[in-house]
Parts: sequence; C-alpha cells; structure tokens
Amino acid sequence: MLENVFVAAKRGAIVGLLGPNGSGKTTLLRLMSGTLTPDSGAITVDGRPIGAFSRLDLARRIAMVPQETHATFDFTALEIVLMGRYPHLGAFELEGADDLSIARDALAATGTAAFESRPFFTLSGGEKQRVVIASALAQASDILLLDEPTASLDLGFQLEIVDLLLRLNRNRRTTMVVSTHDLNLTASLCSELTLLFGGRVIASGPTERVLTPENIRALYHVDAEVSRHPLTRQLTVTPLGRAQ
Amino acid sequence: MTGAFGALLILMCLLAPLAGSTTISLVRAFDRSLPFADNVDAQILFIARLPRVLAAALVGASLAAAGVTFQALLRNPLAAPETLGVSMGASVGAMIAITAMPPRLVGGMSTVPLAAFAGSVAALGVVYLLSIARSRGMSTTVLLLGGVVLTTFLGAVISFVQYLSDYTQTARMVRWLMGSLDVGSYEPIGLALIPMAIAAGGYATLPRTLDLLSLGAESAASRGVDVVRSERIALVSASLSTGAAVSLAGPIGFLGIVVPHMVRLLVGADHRVVLPGAALFGASFLIGCDVIARRAFAPLELPVGIVTAIIGGPFFLWLVLRRAR
Repeated sequence: MLENVFVAAKRGAIVGLLGPNGSGKTTLLRLMSGTLTPDSGAITVDGRPIGAFSRLDLARRIAMVPQETHATFDFTALEIVLMGRYPHLGAFELEGADDLSIARDALAATGTAAFESRPFFTLSGGEKQRVVIASALAQASDILLLDEPTASLDLGFQLEIVDLLLRLNRNRRTTMVVSTHDLNLTASLCSELTLLFGGRVIASGPTERVLTPENIRALYHVDAEVSRHPLTRQLTVTPLGRAQ
Repeated sequence: MTGAFGALLILMCLLAPLAGSTTISLVRAFDRSLPFADNVDAQILFIARLPRVLAAALVGASLAAAGVTFQALLRNPLAAPETLGVSMGASVGAMIAITAMPPRLVGGMSTVPLAAFAGSVAALGVVYLLSIARSRGMSTTVLLLGGVVLTTFLGAVISFVQYLSDYTQTARMVRWLMGSLDVGSYEPIGLALIPMAIAAGGYATLPRTLDLLSLGAESAASRGVDVVRSERIALVSASLSTGAAVSLAGPIGFLGIVVPHMVRLLVGADHRVVLPGAALFGASFLIGCDVIARRAFAPLELPVGIVTAIIGGPFFLWLVLRRAR
C-alpha cells in the first residue's frame, strides 16, 4: 500500500528507490510501467498521463527489467532479446534484418553476444540478468525501470551490472529508475534517491543529501557511517550494528 | 518445417484410409465411370474410412493446439487440455446423455456429442469466471488449482452418474470414456467444426503473444501485450477446441501434452512455428494412432486412447526425467 508518494525522474537521471523489503518499491515500479493503476493520483511521462499512451506506445517509451525472469520453454538468448522488438512490429510482422541487428547490438552492449544461440535456462544468474537487460535495451526505449537488478547476483556480476548501467546511461542518455535495498549499489549508481518506508516517502533528493546515517537508521534500524571512500571516491555505507 | 508437417498430414490422409480389413484402391474409388452405388471401393472409402480419418485429423489438431496454448498460458510444460476441467465437463455431459436422454433428438442429431459439448461449455464457464478473478490479480497457480478441483469434482459426479445407471448404460459410458474415433458419419464432424473454427480464429491471433506470455505476465505487459485480453482469448480458444474434440471422440489422453513437446524438440520454442506445427503433427499423430488401434489386433479394435497412452506415456516420462536436470 503506497500513500502520498511523489517521485520525479529527469531525463537522463538515474533515480534509486531505496527501502526495506515490503516498502513498496516493486509496486511503485509497476505503477510507473503501467502494469498497475493507482487508486488516486497520476503517472505522467513527459507531462502526458500514462493512460493516454497505447500499450505499444508505452512499451516503446518504457522498458522494465523484472527481478527474475523464468523461461518456461527453451528459448535461446537471442530469442529472448528479440521479444523486446515486439512493440515495434505489426501484428503478424516477423523480425527483420534491422531487428536482428538491434538485438545483436543489445547483446554486445551487455557482454552477452557469445550466448546468442544458447538456451536461456543454461545461463548463470548474472548472464540471464544481462540478457534480460539486453531484451529491455532492444525495446529502444528512453526509460528503463529495473527491479532489484543485482539481487541474488554474485559480487562480480553486481559490479558488472552497475558498470553496464552507468555506461548505458552515459552513451544512450537512458533515464533509469532502479529499485534496490543494497545501500552501496545505490551510492555507486544513482544520482538521486527516493527513500521508501512502509509505503511512504521519508526522504528524496540528491544521493549525498539523502543517504545519511539518520535516514539509514529510519529505514533499516541500523547504525551506519556514510563516508567517501579514499580509493573509489564514492559514497560508501559502513554498517556499525543494530540501532538501540 | 511447417511445410514438412503439412506434407506429412497429406500423406497420412492418403494412406490411412487404405488400412483396413478390406483392401481398397484409391484409383478405383475415384473412378468416375462407376456410379457410386456400384463402386465398392468408393463406398468403403467415403462411408466407412474417411469420416474416421477426418475425425482423427480434427481431434488431433484441436487437442495438440489446445495443449500448446495451455502450456504457454499456464507457464507450465506439463499442462494439458484436460488440466482445467473442460474435458471432464464434456464427459459429464456425455454421461448424462447416455443415462437420461434418448440416443437421438427430434431433428435426428445424436444427443451424446451435443450434451458433451454443452458440458464442456459449462466447464468453460466456470474456468472463465476463474479467469476474471485472474485478471484481478489471481495467479496462474490458482487458476491451475481451480481446474484441478473442478476436474476432481466432476470426476466424482461421473462416478455418481455411473452408480445410478444400469449395466448397459454403464458399459456404454465406460466405452465412451475410452475414446473412439468411430464417429459413424460426417454429421458429428460438421457440428464439431463450428467451435473448432471459432477456436482457430482465436489461435490465429495468439502465436507471438504466447511467446511473450510464457515469460510472465509482467514481462509480457512491459513489452506491450494486452495480457488480460490475450489470456482470455487463449483460454477460450483452447477450451472450445478441447470441448469440440472431446465431444466428438471422447477423452483421448496424452496427445495434448506430448505432441507440443515432440514438435518443440524438432522446431524450437517459437510459438509462431510450434502452434501450427503442433496442429498439423497432432492430426497426423492421431491418424497414425487410430490406424494402429484399428489394425494391431484386427479384427479387435483397440480404443485409440490406449494407443496414445502407450506411445505418449513413456515419452512423457522421458520428458519429465529430461527436465529434471
């Protein structure tokens, strides 16, 4: 249940939705992608209400990477990525050479070109996630929503995904909204944060201003230190222990 | 590859009518110089054999297409046309017709297929209500469970009806439940074609959508699929074609699960190839099973459901073990 939530993402920004499990991050992302309709209030894209877009139009503007993707059947990685071209094709139109090259570019951008012909289910968690991101890229949208993109990934893959998203944001100016409960991921990736707790926004704004020990205590009941790391120059959160 | 399936079907349609206790020749059957009343080959072909081959083709295609669709819709490779209870609904209709109705209506139409179809539509109604709950957020797991509960409940109803019937009626029921392509004439085929044609219209809109739906409702929606509408079309089309098939030939098991997987092994997962391919291959498969059923222990005729079970069962087991990687 979300209440009184206001989130805005400027073009080209990477906005983080940070909060504990159950705080409403996934619900908020689903509202943003149009999968859910709010009881009150409005979602707008470039000032236009989301309901004014046709389903396919909306899919061309917004792509979503869910937390987990499970392929029931033995689709190859390329087939999964080609499904991202659906909003660009007519009802009975088959993918053409253009679509194929867009799909291959997307695989290359996510470092998964080598898996093109491999069945999706044989890939590792990190590889699967990168292929799903490639599928979202193939949608050629200027907005990307990601639901906990690094949850359940090994540390190495977590860093890879962060690098990938930063690169994409730099090269393609994609607006991104990333939901996560990983504090350091947030710090390294997002320029702005919205903190959610129990369905309400408790703080929002630039990351340096919002990611404070007080806010972390409010969200996680944990004492933490937030400092700039001497080597990475990035904001780093060090948990100190449970709050009393 | 779809072309290969089509060619196989044509071949089966040409060869299957030749199998039988009396040897006939297609050349003689199509000899226009003989009047039909004198042409024994033509009579055997058109009256005795062809209706059976046609029924097998339509039932095989319907069940295979329904199987593909249910597997994608329910995101479960072990789903079957029987899963949601439509097949049981048809069986209940048939049981009631055998117990309580005269064999033919005033117009001359036989009651069992009609009652069976009515039963399948009633079951479809229940499943449809479940789908409305689904569009309000119910998960496919609950839809599946609803189907299982409906199937079990209807199974109990069938047992009850059998319990109340006399021995002759019970024997007829047991025979009907084994499945048979011995439709007798073209009339039941013609009737079954109506819901099958409607279902085909629905199927025509589905293939790419099934690909996307099989990744998950959220994934499909974020790519622009109208999930509620597509799931409804898939549900109704698959249920209509199952209902029509079971009304015509009784419940024939395994085909609906096994043929989609056979086809996927050959052509991959893309439903734009799998759906038409499964329909064509399902038709050939059932024609073949029916020839085996008719001839293997001639003059004794096996119920075709036994043949599909003997072929389908071990294959299904292999599939399950293969998936348990």
